[in-house]
Amino acid sequence: MSTAEQAGPAAGGPSAPGPAPRDGRTAHRPLALRLLARPEVGVFLGALAVLVFFLAVAPSLRQGGSLATVLYQSSTIGIMALPVALLMIGGEFDLSSGVAVVTSALTASMLSYQLTVNVWTGVLLALVLSLAIGAFNGWMVVRTGLPSFLVTLGTFLILQGVNLAVTKLVTGNVATDDISDMDGFAQAKAVFASSVDIGGVQVKITVFYWIVFAALATWVLLRTKYGNWIFAVGGSKESARAVGVPVTFTKISLFMLVGLGAWFLGMHQLFSFNTVQSGEGVGQELIYIAAAVIGGCSLTGGQGSAIGPVFGAFMFGMVNQGIVFAGWNPDWFKAFLGVMLLGAVLINLWVRRTATRR
Amino acid sequence: MTTNGTGTHDTVRPDTPPAGDGPLVELRGAGKSYGNVRALHGVDLTVHAGRVTCVLGDNGAGKSTLIKIVSGLHQHTEGDFLVDGAPVRFGTPREALDRGIATVYQDLATVPLMPVWRNFFLGSELTRGPWPVRRLDIARMKDTCDRELRDMGIVLDDLEQPIGTLSGGQRQSVAIARAVHFGARVLILDEPTAALGVRQSGVVLKYIAAARERGLGVIFITHNPHHAYMVGDHFTVLRLGTVELSAARSAITLEALTNHMAGGAELASLKHELAQVRGVDVDELPDTGTLDGGGPGEGGAGSGKG
Ligand SMILES: Nc1ncnc2c1ncn2[C@@H]1O[C@H](COP(=O)(O)OP(=O)(O)OP(=O)(O)O)[C@@H](O)[C@H]1O
Ligand SMILES: [Mg+2]
Repeated sequence: MSTAEQAGPAAGGPSAPGPAPRDGRTAHRPLALRLLARPEVGVFLGALAVLVFFLAVAPSLRQGGSLATVLYQSSTIGIMALPVALLMIGGEFDLSSGVAVVTSALTASMLSYQLTVNVWTGVLLALVLSLAIGAFNGWMVVRTGLPSFLVTLGTFLILQGVNLAVTKLVTGNVATDDISDMDGFAQAKAVFASSVDIGGVQVKITVFYWIVFAALATWVLLRTKYGNWIFAVGGSKESARAVGVPVTFTKISLFMLVGLGAWFLGMHQLFSFNTVQSGEGVGQELIYIAAAVIGGCSLTGGQGSAIGPVFGAFMFGMVNQGIVFAGWNPDWFKAFLGVMLLGAVLINLWVRRTATRR
Repeated sequence: MTTNGTGTHDTVRPDTPPAGDGPLVELRGAGKSYGNVRALHGVDLTVHAGRVTCVLGDNGAGKSTLIKIVSGLHQHTEGDFLVDGAPVRFGTPREALDRGIATVYQDLATVPLMPVWRNFFLGSELTRGPWPVRRLDIARMKDTCDRELRDMGIVLDDLEQPIGTLSGGQRQSVAIARAVHFGARVLILDEPTAALGVRQSGVVLKYIAAARERGLGVIFITHNPHHAYMVGDHFTVLRLGTVELSAARSAITLEALTNHMAGGAELASLKHELAQVRGVDVDELPDTGTLDGGGPGEGGAGSGKG
């Protein structure tokens, strides 16, 4: 069984016998090795390395403002990477998460504009729609037993098409109309897209949301029943069901959580740019998944954390902005991401093998 | 050990419950069809407190189907299923658990990547605090888990280790300890010893006996008549979805049970076929007649003897 190389202390070779009531076969591993075996620690070191590297090659990055930009960039990836990571721990994928962000923003924007109502009406309706899309994904996966990869690929294509077609139909354009002069806009902008002044540096509010959400997700994952269920349904759905875990509820709610994340990020985009480009979002889902994987979430489910994807998202944000600050051609970004993803996964694998070796 | 001790030699006969208390779980003519596959038909089974009912049978005989009905994973399509004398129909395993029927599966027992203590409480987690901040009571769960495992004689170094790193027998034992702790009155074990070595099987059999001593009714599914005979009070042999034999311990010998498992006539014809293959010395093979010694006469399907 592959679990022999899981994080945490594994059974060691024969060693000094422990106190009488113990089994006495578990060698005590040094703390450093045990820590290294944890994927979160690996990705933290990776993120640190990327940070140091770009600080060295791009002097202009060594300013508060630049770092705030990096954090902002990371937060927009990280806020979505969190629910995507939870879903992945729960054993499922959501390929529609990237375009779902845009769907949500489009819905809020167009509904408010066309109906000339307070933007909060659009915001709430967008929330309902986003949750419904998540619920649909989850329900389809649970009911049909099809791989979520397939189901959400379908949703991805549907949403991508609908985003473009409906926007063109309604506005006659590929982008929505500017809603910045509508009722409630200023208020919504304050909630979703404002900045906070910290020692003269403007830090986007999403950075704080990101940190709060990550803390919340960590708490839920490790300290609540629901978190236990997430690991269980991802680790072994049938076992979980057999001991009475509500598998259907857990899976569907996880998809809805991704919907919630998509809504939140969609609102941020809407209220920071005032208009939405209907063709955006494609490919972002893979960035979220990559951030979660770099952060130590297993592609097969049942394993991972919420803090790992935080560092994963930071790595992506760092590279994204680092390339700009270093004055390189931004076209290299994706290539960099790919190398980083493979590198991180390989290093993680190697470190874990080394650290848990007998 | 309680055995019902009726001395009759009928092949299939109703189980006589010990005087005083009715069966915890009872199947009357129960059956289950998967589409057009009739996996189980007309099965009678009773489970009493403090007794081990063994269900034996070949691959595909319907053993798993039988216990899936009792454990709430599937619903029966014919006959009656009674718990404490009242007919029931479980929609989910949770409902069965709530009635005190716990099942330990060979592979479905645990989530391999999760720590031992989380597995122990999975689906029945202890929490503390009011709702928005209701959280797992980790200290209490670890304490309880440690104590329960020790009570069952299971000693583990580290409750944080993923349960997948334990041996098959240890995992099985944890699952049994869990079922006992959560107030199971009926414990169902689906081939718990199938993948285990001799010693590990012994460990599991010990826990089955321990569970019986605690007054649980046990349904023990197995391929192995030797394991069954070591702990069983009553034996039910399934063949092709129907009951071929139902006998109390006092009414059957291990040899007869083994012979029923193998199917006397099939064994004879196998011996005949083997006789045609050069290199197999059929004279060394046991005679089906001697295998049958002491037990109730053959009957029903698959017997060539009168
Ligand atoms: N979900 C299902 N759909 C259709 N047929 C099934 C299903 N489950 C079991 N069967 C059929 O029912 C019959 C009995 O299967 P069951 O799993 O109960 O056997 P078993 O006695 O547990 O065998 P084994 O010793 O191999 O575990 C088999 O013929 C099997 O093909
Ligand atoms: Mg079976």
